[in-house]
Amino acid sequence: MDGVNVVELSIVIFFFVVVTVLGFVASRWRRAESLMHLDEWGLGGRNFGTWVTWFLLGGDLYTAYTFVAVPALMFGAGAAGFFAVPYTVVIYPLVFLVVIRLWSVSHVRGYVTPADFVRARFDSPGLALLVALTGIVATMPYIALQLVGIEAILKAMGVEGELPLIVAFVILALYTYNSGLRAPALIAFVKDTLIYLTIIVAVIVIPVKLGGWDAIFGAAEEKFSAGTGAGVILPATGQLGYATLALGSALALFLYPHSLTGVLAASNRDVLKRNMSALPVYSLALGFIALLGFMAIAAGVTPIGEDGNTIVPVLFQEMFPSWFAGVAFAAIGIGALVPAAIMSIAAANLFTRNIYKEFLKRDATPRQEAQVAKIVSLVVKFGAVAAILFIDPQFSIDLQLIGGVIILQTLPAVALGLYTRWLHRGGLIAGWFAGMASGLLMLYNIPRLGPDGTVVREHFGGSSFALSKLGLDSASSVYTGLLALLANLLVAVLVTVVLRAMKVSDGVDATAPADYTAEREDPTFRELPDPLESAPPGATGGETARR
Amino acid sequence: MASAVTPPAGGPRGTDGAPVRSDRSPWNWLLLVPIVVPLLVPLFNRVEPTLFGWPFFYWVQLLFVALGVLTTVVVYRATRRSPAEQAAARAAVARDTTPRDTAARDTTARGTTPRDTDRDGGR
Repeated sequence: MDGVNVVELSIVIFFFVVVTVLGFVASRWRRAESLMHLDEWGLGGRNFGTWVTWFLLGGDLYTAYTFVAVPALMFGAGAAGFFAVPYTVVIYPLVFLVVIRLWSVSHVRGYVTPADFVRARFDSPGLALLVALTGIVATMPYIALQLVGIEAILKAMGVEGELPLIVAFVILALYTYNSGLRAPALIAFVKDTLIYLTIIVAVIVIPVKLGGWDAIFGAAEEKFSAGTGAGVILPATGQLGYATLALGSALALFLYPHSLTGVLAASNRDVLKRNMSALPVYSLALGFIALLGFMAIAAGVTPIGEDGNTIVPVLFQEMFPSWFAGVAFAAIGIGALVPAAIMSIAAANLFTRNIYKEFLKRDATPRQEAQVAKIVSLVVKFGAVAAILFIDPQFSIDLQLIGGVIILQTLPAVALGLYTRWLHRGGLIAGWFAGMASGLLMLYNIPRLGPDGTVVREHFGGSSFALSKLGLDSASSVYTGLLALLANLLVAVLVTVVLRAMKVSDGVDATAPADYTAEREDPTFRELPDPLESAPPGATGGETARR
Repeated sequence: MASAVTPPAGGPRGTDGAPVRSDRSPWNWLLLVPIVVPLLVPLFNRVEPTLFGWPFFYWVQLLFVALGVLTTVVVYRATRRSPAEQAAARAAVARDTTPRDTAARDTTARGTTPRDTDRDGGR
């Protein structure tokens, strides 16, 4: 590539300026009396309707990294990369009933994070701390990976150096600091308009240029027929891994703090239910995006350097005129900013509520809470930039792989906790340790194999664990996260039985059964918990609802 | 579930707690279909029949997206609350949002989101 593509760069900068202005204006959008309250800064006033929630959750769950990495996976691994589609189909019916329960109980009791809920439900600050730490550790590398998406488009445009990346993130950090969750909510409108536009054009234009879908799938077939394992359909031994990866990823997605932040910001239960039907539109788009990987094969795209993530930008460059390639790059770039903002807000909420407030300053005022959260969101973002610049990006990719596995270990406390309190807090803590230890041990023992079957890396080479390593006579592999979750549940149940037999106290439940089905018009509903010093609720219990 | 805590008493609007509802419904079982079907990989892991040049594996999984939408819409519709309760819910959102919005109306910012008219849950 000779120098910088000026047309593309100008268009990307234009859209970047637009969203920057929007990001700052957002603080005035449906303004509350004061933004200095975690409900306002961190949850956008908890008043987002069907459309805003759709854009916000869509922008949140389908990130730039997904848009770049899924086609790259298809490009390299064939059909296995298509798991993203069943993953995002299964998720909505799976959480349809669960997230509305969490929404209700959070609104009645004023919870901002999943760890708030766990603390009150199981009367255990320790368990809440584990949930909060897991959330923060799983989210951080995810933020860093959004930068990988931006890096891919910068490389394609021929932009050298790390300064543009730093500038982009500093501006992002400033308007998130200023406007909170309202900024990504507003920017998501722009992001998704650009994404849908790009995909519709790509799906029409590129196949025509390449000689139809037959030619695209044919080229993929030809490429993979030479190698081992991969193909246009799954090898027999890859099917179990495909299904378990889809299921495990689906279970994990709504445990991530940033998804729950989007959920809690919805204005009522019906908004969420409607979104469970509307969000799959993004899954359809993701299916087409995945196939960009095969289109890149048919077009004979070669990645820039060794970076497989650049195949989509390069494909756009070869297929589109410069100005439209610029629009597509802007879509990916802005697509990185929205989730990065929400994730940093979610991590900041967790730190503020479940570490700062719980262990450092119990009498923090709502204003102090919001201030701490804002500062933490800055720290988190600069940490992400530093991680990409100073540490090998591969480290972030490894961490994100681990992130999916460890966030699953909060499922018994957060998701099952919404239905039953039978699992003892001690059992949940023991289960968490068992799941973490077994998950990390398995990941450590997964080597990465090169195309010719040789070991490229010894450890953390993927997330599919070969069943033969457990002594089973099978060539199949299973998603590590599910196996670790199984270990987690097993230990949690065993320890619960023991503790119950020993009559160890399981604490006081600070929620009531009616909380889980509460609707907005109920007298128990509260929009703005005030004062927040009653929270994290649970220890005192019985605090009266305002309104 | 030993709960020593009573539901929070309502503030100015009376002391009655939240009405006890149930989110159970036989319709919910329908949600299992789009969860189980996309995971039965051996059923669709093949090339034939193709559609517009797409192997079966790909187009059928995009069809599952429609299956998911369909079932969640059916369950949502079937388990919907009565019109009176929905009206109450809409009124509640309006009650909560109006004072704040009028206090700080910003036409510029609002103008950028014309689609957001149904945030009160109206359809």
